[in-house]
Amino acid sequence: MADSVGRQSDSINHATGKINRLELFKRKELTKEEKQRLRKEKKQHKKNKKDDRGPPEKEKEKEKASVPAPSKPATQSPAHKAAPVPVNASASESPVAAEKPAKSKAELRAERRARQDSERASKQGKKEGGQQSTSSKPKATPNELQPVVKRLPDHVQVDDPVALKKLAKKLERQQVRQINIVMLCLLSDCCPLTDDGFIQVFSEITLHIPVTVIHPSIVRLGLQYSQGIIAGSNARSVALLHAFKQVIQDYSTPPNEELSRDLVNKLSPYISFLSQCRPLSASMGNAIKYIKKEISNIPSQCKEEEAKRILQECIDSYINEKIILASEAISKYAIEKISDGDVILVYGCSSLVNHILCEAFEKQRKFRVIVVDSRPRLEGREALRRLVKKGIRCTYVLISALSYILPEVSKVFLGAHALLANGYVMSRVGTSQIALVAKAYNVPVLVCCETYKFCERVQTDSFVSNELDDPDDLIVTRNGKTHLENWQTFKSLGLLNLVYDVTPPDFVDLVITDLGMIPCTSVPVVLRVKNVDQ
Amino acid sequence: MPGADKETELSERIEAFLSELKRCGSGAGSLRGSAETARETTSLLRRITAQARWSNAGDLMEIIRKEGRRMTAGQPSETTVGNMVRRVLKIIREEYARSRGSTEEADQQESLHKLLTSGGSSEDNFRQHFTHLKANVIEAINELLTELEGTTDNISMQALEHIHSNEVIMTIGRSRTVEAFLKDAARKRKFHVIVAECAPFCQGHEMATSLSKEDIETTVIPDAAIFAVMSRVNKVIIGTQTVLANGGLRAVNGTHTLALAAKHHSTPLIVCAPMFKLSPQFPNEEDTFHKFVSPHEVLPFTEGEILSKVNAHCPVFDYVPPELITLFISNIGGNAPSYIYRLMSELYHPEDHEL
Repeated sequence: MADSVGRQSDSINHATGKINRLELFKRKELTKEEKQRLRKEKKQHKKNKKDDRGPPEKEKEKEKASVPAPSKPATQSPAHKAAPVPVNASASESPVAAEKPAKSKAELRAERRARQDSERASKQGKKEGGQQSTSSKPKATPNELQPVVKRLPDHVQVDDPVALKKLAKKLERQQVRQINIVMLCLLSDCCPLTDDGFIQVFSEITLHIPVTVIHPSIVRLGLQYSQGIIAGSNARSVALLHAFKQVIQDYSTPPNEELSRDLVNKLSPYISFLSQCRPLSASMGNAIKYIKKEISNIPSQCKEEEAKRILQECIDSYINEKIILASEAISKYAIEKISDGDVILVYGCSSLVNHILCEAFEKQRKFRVIVVDSRPRLEGREALRRLVKKGIRCTYVLISALSYILPEVSKVFLGAHALLANGYVMSRVGTSQIALVAKAYNVPVLVCCETYKFCERVQTDSFVSNELDDPDDLIVTRNGKTHLENWQTFKSLGLLNLVYDVTPPDFVDLVITDLGMIPCTSVPVVLRVKNVDQ
Repeated sequence: MPGADKETELSERIEAFLSELKRCGSGAGSLRGSAETARETTSLLRRITAQARWSNAGDLMEIIRKEGRRMTAGQPSETTVGNMVRRVLKIIREEYARSRGSTEEADQQESLHKLLTSGGSSEDNFRQHFTHLKANVIEAINELLTELEGTTDNISMQALEHIHSNEVIMTIGRSRTVEAFLKDAARKRKFHVIVAECAPFCQGHEMATSLSKEDIETTVIPDAAIFAVMSRVNKVIIGTQTVLANGGLRAVNGTHTLALAAKHHSTPLIVCAPMFKLSPQFPNEEDTFHKFVSPHEVLPFTEGEILSKVNAHCPVFDYVPPELITLFISNIGGNAPSYIYRLMSELYHPEDHEL
């Protein structure tokens, strides 16, 4: 990080310390005095950290307790909400205000958690003074529920201020402005520019994204991710690859630079930006790895047009082979497993499973489908619509009625978000429950997953590296009463909305991939074979 | 005639109670707790004992049985009504036996020994008339009412033995018994509660807000996350609608999944259920086990295009087999599920199992 110290803008932004988290991202350069002041504060912060090296949780709480205090005025209710939130009145003053302290999703969540932790800690500290180590358990519960922002290659623990500082430094080096994602439609072709070259969006917010830094199709993609317009790992990967194709198309090699190296460097800030909008999925990670490898393999004497053409073709063939053809192959294998008279249970909306069922129906298999759905996402309704449109006979239940409906079921088909190297299946939250109850009723569970979703991570429970969704989605109004309406006012009340969970391999009977039908535990074998190929 | 007035008043009350039962049952989830139903049933039975015309125990039992059948037919899923009727019948038998002077043990249980030795059944026609029988029966029913009022407190008193500091406790839906249990423990201990919201009725929300008002750290999770968070949970404490004769449960939907997840993680599953929920029914997949409510909770009418082509189900109850349960906590103490059948024989007479 020696080079960052030299750069002027960085010294401002990584001198976060206890007080200046707010001022991470400013449009204007600070004056020399301000830079010196910030440097001093950074040193002070380091010294303080060495001084109070008490129990690690206490220290974290102190820092976080002091950090949210000054940040409170800037971020009231959006502080705990995830991306798709209309920014409120404070944001509307921003075009007028010279500096709008924009906050990232991760930091907002960190601050909310920090506030909760500090309050919990202060209550506990008063009551159980002697039990510092044991009292960490309930605090540990919320702490470990933090989302890990990225999975590859930067693992950031959002509750660790040092790591967050590093991340902020890195992002600033890449000149990515962390933006507060708001509910709006950003179409690059109908987006007027403000006078200083920033994108002015419909609401009163100005996104401080210099157009010169992030490609507009990437910005659009990021917003689509964060709002959930593009959801589902296949859709996200395909959209990512198409956006990268656009980027490569518009790219022009600067003089004295090699395309193979420079393009990779250009892509890195885009990837950081996208992972700030929504953490990358395993499939996206693998796709990015592939692209980077292809770019680095471009021979240096290749002309720019030629190189671009090669890259476009590579991306096209990747999409074709790994996604489209793979799903054809998987359908072929899966259809062998569907017999007449079957009652098939599916969960949520998996593009692959839907495809399999539609194909099977076209091939005149007689079966009926039970779609299981869960709050708050209710993705099963989308699957239901697609299947009903095809003419398949469907039943629809919520996941709490699973024990009632399972005795009727003959097979369970599940989609996967990723397959981990220890054989665990990472998928939408609720999948593990389906597999658990199906096992109890001795119903075979088949997971359908393309090989490009295989990833080398391992995890055994659903807390490590999970995503947190907007907790307000859990609020519901029934019979005119909304019990959780003001849940923030209750200090001891929290809402937890997980996105993914992991299913142990003993619940899964078979994994259908484009390479064939394999047991769950053969995932590392496939990964090794793929690596050898490459 | 005063007698006729009393009778009409009595039948009016019975009718009112029946219609109340029918109306409550059609709403999603119980609008009144089972404890209230039990109390009201018992008071009504006391009134019947006091005001109806009967000359001997047999007549009284006939009357109560008849009314009991009508009441259970009004709302088959509300088993506390039937349970209270059976309790009262047992009270009548006991009081009759006591008045006759024979020991209580006499015709209590059917045992193989008795079947062989007694030859002809010790059939009591219950036709003897005793003057003080009415007063005795009413007094015994009053005792029963007092017992009913104290059930929640008795259960909550045991909370401190089972909940330790810094535990993570999981529960599902809304049970007044569990709520009182946890609030009692929270007075002395600090712990964390995770509430599964139990769609589509989402009663877990109410439970969570009520617990957090007592400064208990509460987290609400959607049903789909039950298995995901189970690895962090130390104990699962649930309430139930009915305890079946084999020790199984008829509980709110989603409980079976919760129990399976707890079993997988070897987490103890504790059921807080007062004794009036114990029902001599064995589980069977007859129509009376499952109760369904309108599926618009599941698939609302706004999804109009696909509604006509899709079957949607909204069951209210789940069966939980006794192997998944670790402990029953009731007002008479803690019991293992394998012991439930014995408790039943203390509460109900075998001839009353079929009303």
